[in-house]
Amino acid sequence: MFRVRTFLLVLIFLCVFTAPLFSATQEFLSVQVKVGQLRAAPSFLGSVLASLAYGDQVALIEDKGAWKRVAIRGGKVKGWVHMSAITAKKIVLQAGTADVKTGATSGELALAGKGFNAKVEAEFKSKNKNIDYTLVDRMEALAIKPDRMQAFLKQGQVNLPEEVAP
Amino acid sequence: MKRDSLILSLLLPAVLVFSGCQTMLTATEMVTTQAESIGMIDPSHARAIKKSTGAVSRSIEEFTPEQEYYIGRSVAAVILSKYQPYTNQPADQYLNLLGQTLAQASDMPEIFHGYRFLVLNSDEINAFATPGGHIFVTRGLLRCCRNEDAVAAVLAHEIGHIQLKHGIQAINKARVTDALATIAAESARTLAPNEVAMLTETFGGAIMDITTTLINNGYSRSFEYEADNAAQTILRRLGYDPNGLVEMLKVMGKNLKSGGNDFAKTHPAPQDRVDKIQQKLDIKYSPVRTPEARQSRFMMAVGKI
Repeated sequence: MFRVRTFLLVLIFLCVFTAPLFSATQEFLSVQVKVGQLRAAPSFLGSVLASLAYGDQVALIEDKGAWKRVAIRGGKVKGWVHMSAITAKKIVLQAGTADVKTGATSGELALAGKGFNAKVEAEFKSKNKNIDYTLVDRMEALAIKPDRMQAFLKQGQVNLPEEVAP
Repeated sequence: MKRDSLILSLLLPAVLVFSGCQTMLTATEMVTTQAESIGMIDPSHARAIKKSTGAVSRSIEEFTPEQEYYIGRSVAAVILSKYQPYTNQPADQYLNLLGQTLAQASDMPEIFHGYRFLVLNSDEINAFATPGGHIFVTRGLLRCCRNEDAVAAVLAHEIGHIQLKHGIQAINKARVTDALATIAAESARTLAPNEVAMLTETFGGAIMDITTTLINNGYSRSFEYEADNAAQTILRRLGYDPNGLVEMLKVMGKNLKSGGNDFAKTHPAPQDRVDKIQQKLDIKYSPVRTPEARQSRFMMAVGKI
């Protein structure tokens, strides 16, 4: 009994005090949105340096509120990305890749296109012929370009704060 | 033994707060293995500890943004099979300009496929948000808005529902467990045809749970107040007048017909929402002050809707 309790205390002590050591090593994050943007400044008004694709790995350099400064392409390009666009889970594009074989657990891994996906949607659609996705597709095409958004903000005398705290 | 489990279950959440879950898992595994190898604890106990920390991380596992997007697409398709779009380009453009700008000031500016807005051709006072970022607002609800600050409040409230994952939480818990179990099995291999069929059935059930909540039952009152609070945060960050939401709710209170199959059925009474907002923000009502350019673009796009 005593041994077990001592063990538990040691375990908790180690977890709390070694956490900074673990995070001091290079941390990689995955892009979890369809298309992400790497920006020159920690703001949606910052110019876009590069586009990020779903599942891309980025290396964390610096934290600033809700924004993370990251490096891509082996450190050649550095910029800012909003925390909601990235995840600590590793996103793997297809099942059967090396990472899956090494036995990474589901907590560390998310498979792109896994679970509820286009295939499930197609199957659902075939069983519910009265449901039409044409209007959904048309709605999804209503993306607003950044320059139009900036003009809209200015015209309406509205300000997007530089940095939005999480 | 029982007491150890109790200590562990009490202390683990606390430790998880201090160190990241990922670090926690790695550290636990390392230390537990170490303890096992030096004979500090026996192998069965070591397995139990590893298993319980794993369970903690799995229980907080959620659907990926990609899956939320696919759920949202089908919820949107069901809504559009019950409601006609208004199909007015200036109105839809305006709503998307305003809504996508508001989303950038929210706590969750980036979702898998972004936020999209559409006006529905209905006199009902209604609005819907899918977990995939599709937001619908009826003409009836837009008629409750007298300025852009009020429209901003309506859209920000819907963004709030998405940000707080209210739609996903409407899915029956047993269905979530079923889905996550099938999906977890997929990480090792591709799904067999019967598993795809099972997943599709769960998917269909999830879509039904969400649309029934959105259209018929409504969320809990607390979810509505939470969305109002999230909306106020977004409006404040951008500099919209917080009285926009209050003013819109006052008009809504007049326009709502009791027994209507819309906000009259699915939302707390407008006056209750006004009271909560004013209590929370400690603000006294004063008429919305909106710049002229903001008012004229509002009038052009949706002012006479």
